[in-house]
Amino acid sequence: MKVWLDAVLVLLILTNLRLLGSARLTVCIRTVAAQAVLLGVLPLFVQAGAVTFRVALLCAASTLLKAGALPWLLRRAAREANVRNEVEPLVGFTTSLLLGLALLGLSMHVADGLRLPGIEGPHFMVTVALFTTLVGLFVIVSRVKAVMQALGYLAMENGIYAFGMAFAVEETLLVEMGILLDVFVAVLVMGITIHHISREFDHMDTDRLSALKD
Amino acid sequence: MFPIASIAHVVLALLLAPLLPGVINRTKAWFAGRRGPRLAQTYFDLWKLLHKGAVYSRTTNWVFVAGPIVGLACVVTAMLIVPLGGVPGFLAFSGDFLLLACLLGLMRFFTVIAALDTGSSFEGMGGSREVFFSALAEPAMLLGLTALAASSQSLSLSSIYVLIGTQASLSSAGPAMLLVAAALGIVFLTENARIPIDDPNTHLELTMIHEVMVLDHGGPDLAMIEYGSAVKLWVLGALLVGIVVPVRSGHGAVDLLAGVGGMVLLAVFTGVVESTMARLKLLRVPQFLVAAAVLSILALVLVMR
Amino acid sequence: MQALRAELIWGLLLIPAAAAGGCFLIRPNAPRRALLVLAALGHAALTLCAWSGAVRPTAYGWIAIDAASLLFLSVTSILFLAASIYAVGYLAQEQRQLQSAPREPDLDEEPPFTNYPEATFTGCLLAFLATMSLVAVSRHLGLMWVAVEATTLASAPLIYFHRNSRSLEATWKYLVICSVGIALALLGNFFLAVAARSYGGTPIPLTLDDLAAAAGSLDPRWLKGAFLLLLVGYGTKMGLAPLHTWLPDAHSEAPSVVSALLSGALLNCAFLTILRVHGLLVAAGLGAFSRELLVDFGLISMTVAAVFLIRQADYKRMLAYSSIEHMGILALGVGIGGLAGLGALLHTVNHSLTKAMLFFAAGNILAVYRTKSTDQARGVLRVLPLTGVLWIAGFLAITGSPPFGPFLSEFMILKGAIDAHRPWIAAACLAALALAFIGMAGAVINMAYGTAAPGAAQRLDLSPIVPQREPLWSILPPLALGLAVLILGVYIPPPLGDLLRRAAEILHVQ
Repeated sequence: MKVWLDAVLVLLILTNLRLLGSARLTVCIRTVAAQAVLLGVLPLFVQAGAVTFRVALLCAASTLLKAGALPWLLRRAAREANVRNEVEPLVGFTTSLLLGLALLGLSMHVADGLRLPGIEGPHFMVTVALFTTLVGLFVIVSRVKAVMQALGYLAMENGIYAFGMAFAVEETLLVEMGILLDVFVAVLVMGITIHHISREFDHMDTDRLSALKD
Repeated sequence: MFPIASIAHVVLALLLAPLLPGVINRTKAWFAGRRGPRLAQTYFDLWKLLHKGAVYSRTTNWVFVAGPIVGLACVVTAMLIVPLGGVPGFLAFSGDFLLLACLLGLMRFFTVIAALDTGSSFEGMGGSREVFFSALAEPAMLLGLTALAASSQSLSLSSIYVLIGTQASLSSAGPAMLLVAAALGIVFLTENARIPIDDPNTHLELTMIHEVMVLDHGGPDLAMIEYGSAVKLWVLGALLVGIVVPVRSGHGAVDLLAGVGGMVLLAVFTGVVESTMARLKLLRVPQFLVAAAVLSILALVLVMR
Repeated sequence: MQALRAELIWGLLLIPAAAAGGCFLIRPNAPRRALLVLAALGHAALTLCAWSGAVRPTAYGWIAIDAASLLFLSVTSILFLAASIYAVGYLAQEQRQLQSAPREPDLDEEPPFTNYPEATFTGCLLAFLATMSLVAVSRHLGLMWVAVEATTLASAPLIYFHRNSRSLEATWKYLVICSVGIALALLGNFFLAVAARSYGGTPIPLTLDDLAAAAGSLDPRWLKGAFLLLLVGYGTKMGLAPLHTWLPDAHSEAPSVVSALLSGALLNCAFLTILRVHGLLVAAGLGAFSRELLVDFGLISMTVAAVFLIRQADYKRMLAYSSIEHMGILALGVGIGGLAGLGALLHTVNHSLTKAMLFFAAGNILAVYRTKSTDQARGVLRVLPLTGVLWIAGFLAITGSPPFGPFLSEFMILKGAIDAHRPWIAAACLAALALAFIGMAGAVINMAYGTAAPGAAQRLDLSPIVPQREPLWSILPPLALGLAVLILGVYIPPPLGDLLRRAAEILHVQ
């Protein structure tokens, strides 16, 4: 069981690195969807055996939303904007990959400081959760296309969700559903805004949105 | 038993190495719907080349002649160090994986300066590309081997490979091993000039990397180069097969057989990769290699935590 | 006083929510605008009822009205009522302008733009009210998080009302920055949940009461980490520097009604969430840590805002930076504690009312001059006399001149700082306020008294310069708010004072 858990966590790290190192939008969207699927099956490995109805419902709902509906939304937004071009980010891809490794080291360091007895699942999960969150933040800051920023936000949410899972945070079903709904509506609104951005301007580059400044 | 299996491994490797390119070509032909050349075609090619004469350009000197000789010597020496799964290498000492990397580097160095010696711009271009890609691939290989060394707590290739193939180590460090295997696989494809890095079948000099460096060699020199590259395939493949094939029965014969079978399977896998993938844009190759290095580092991080 | 029924709270939440749904269904404009005002009136009436007695908590203790909730709820309610009256006239005016033929382009914006459908605007306004009320009344931190995220999502379409490229840029920045902030706040909530794990026992639910009761047994490291993350996350919503970058853009590009609500109500709700967590830390004995952080963020916000206020070319952006400065003052006040804490709570009321008044006046100026530049929009006192008076009065109020309300609250904060033996902080605060005064004075006085630039007058056909017609809907709300601020400057009604003291006690800011 531990091997499978380790494998899933390593796959999560690989998806993050792929997100950092990939040039094409469709690849990145699929990577974030894969992250959501991996996170969806993670609770089944963590709570070895005690899979309650609530856990199963949450897994299914979050996987459906984050791996199905949201990528579909973003893909539609990207398609309507006719963006399939390779993205030239503010930080090059090789540099992003190496920075990603640095972020992994940072999250390992921070996770070491957060050792707490009673964590469900291996301690490695905290590292991976923090790493995913940091990668999401980095993608938002360093990428130029609006869809990539929405993907970075999704990756951040994935990471925070994994963090909550690592510590088996006992939020009630209602609040967790609320969080899920919020993420869904947030990406919906982002998708609509991206659609407007691509219609209003000819591009989807947020670093060219600089008319408002002091 | 210890030396017999190793000696048998060395002998088998030197004998069977030319079979690997044959298997690769046969697989590619099968994918293309052709019948393809014989499996033993490389042997016939070597025989033909040894009976030909070589032509040396007036602009070259001893370096051009020495290139293939030193290359072959290096790779055969590397053959003596490399274990194949449970079969230890003929020579084994602490830190021998560094010697392996250095031998391969020396072989590469002599190939490149032999190419530069001809004074032709094509060879120079091929040499610069080869060195650039190898400079990126070597960290991946060394870091991957370091991860293996860290996981098995030993510094000799033979003991590393004997220890890591067991069931216990796979269950505890499985994902890290897989990552190292992936990284070494990419290094394997790079060093042996296979797709997606280099196309061995291309006849356009501007797109060649490895082929263009040996463009001016002929006769016995070319035979030595071809044989050397086949043995290099075996050497780097043995590193990979040792991780992926988890047979450590303790009996030399069984391990050897499993290892050889793994090599053949690796050749088939290479053929499949060559047939299904397209060659990467030259600008993308550094990113690909950095990805391999990142995988190695990741494996190292996983092992060290 | 007998306890009132818990349905009051549900009414506070459901009336705006149901009205929001109704707005999307009603086709003609006039009934929809009437619905907006009716819902605002209903909300205000229920809030008034809540003043008269304690309300029973409901939903398993997740939703309740305590003194702090009532304070922020009242401010929101009053602001929304004023805004709804203003919005009705504003929407009608926009509709007329869109329908009447050649639309002259704004002086520095692209021609021509279309407006969002009014249904979306009104619906989102009411949804905004519902979500802000939820933030004020929720006692479960997870629910509070959901509500704050919902306010972001409800207000994003409002910023994009004028569909042009600048407002789109502002909306995108708002969405991304606030979503990232709120995601960090979620991480903070998780940290809090981990801190709330009593080892081996049952985990403590994340309601304020349960957490406060078990405050002693919360892990301090995790609690501090949670506070830092929640401060950064909700501070993004509140507009604390250096997380404020979305604020000037959003406030300047949104319609003035929306800017007034954003500045006056939304920033306050974010502040309330920070206050709740701060109260928790004080109960756990870590008050010094959170106070220091609040003081630091407060000082940074005030300094940044003061610097950017000087030579600000866009008067709505100027008001936005002023909001940032006042949020800094609030954080500073709470960080110092004692009398300053009480002053900070009073200041939330004063600032909201004043800023809303200023934004309404700015909206009037924008409607006539059709430019946001302080250089071009001059001679306001002559062109729009009543608005001009309100504009100057608002400027005096917001920069802390007596006899207006903010003077009193800022004075309380400064005195609290000196009482707490931190004179340097008081000095820094005064310096920032002075800088802000200088920065704003230049712009406001030029706008009020200057003669219009020659080119501008021709383009806008303001010659001869005669006073323009100022409709009642555009004067009444800001005038009412201004009078309230004036009254609060000289006399604090006992119920309000009592409520402030009770709120300060609950939030542990004293």
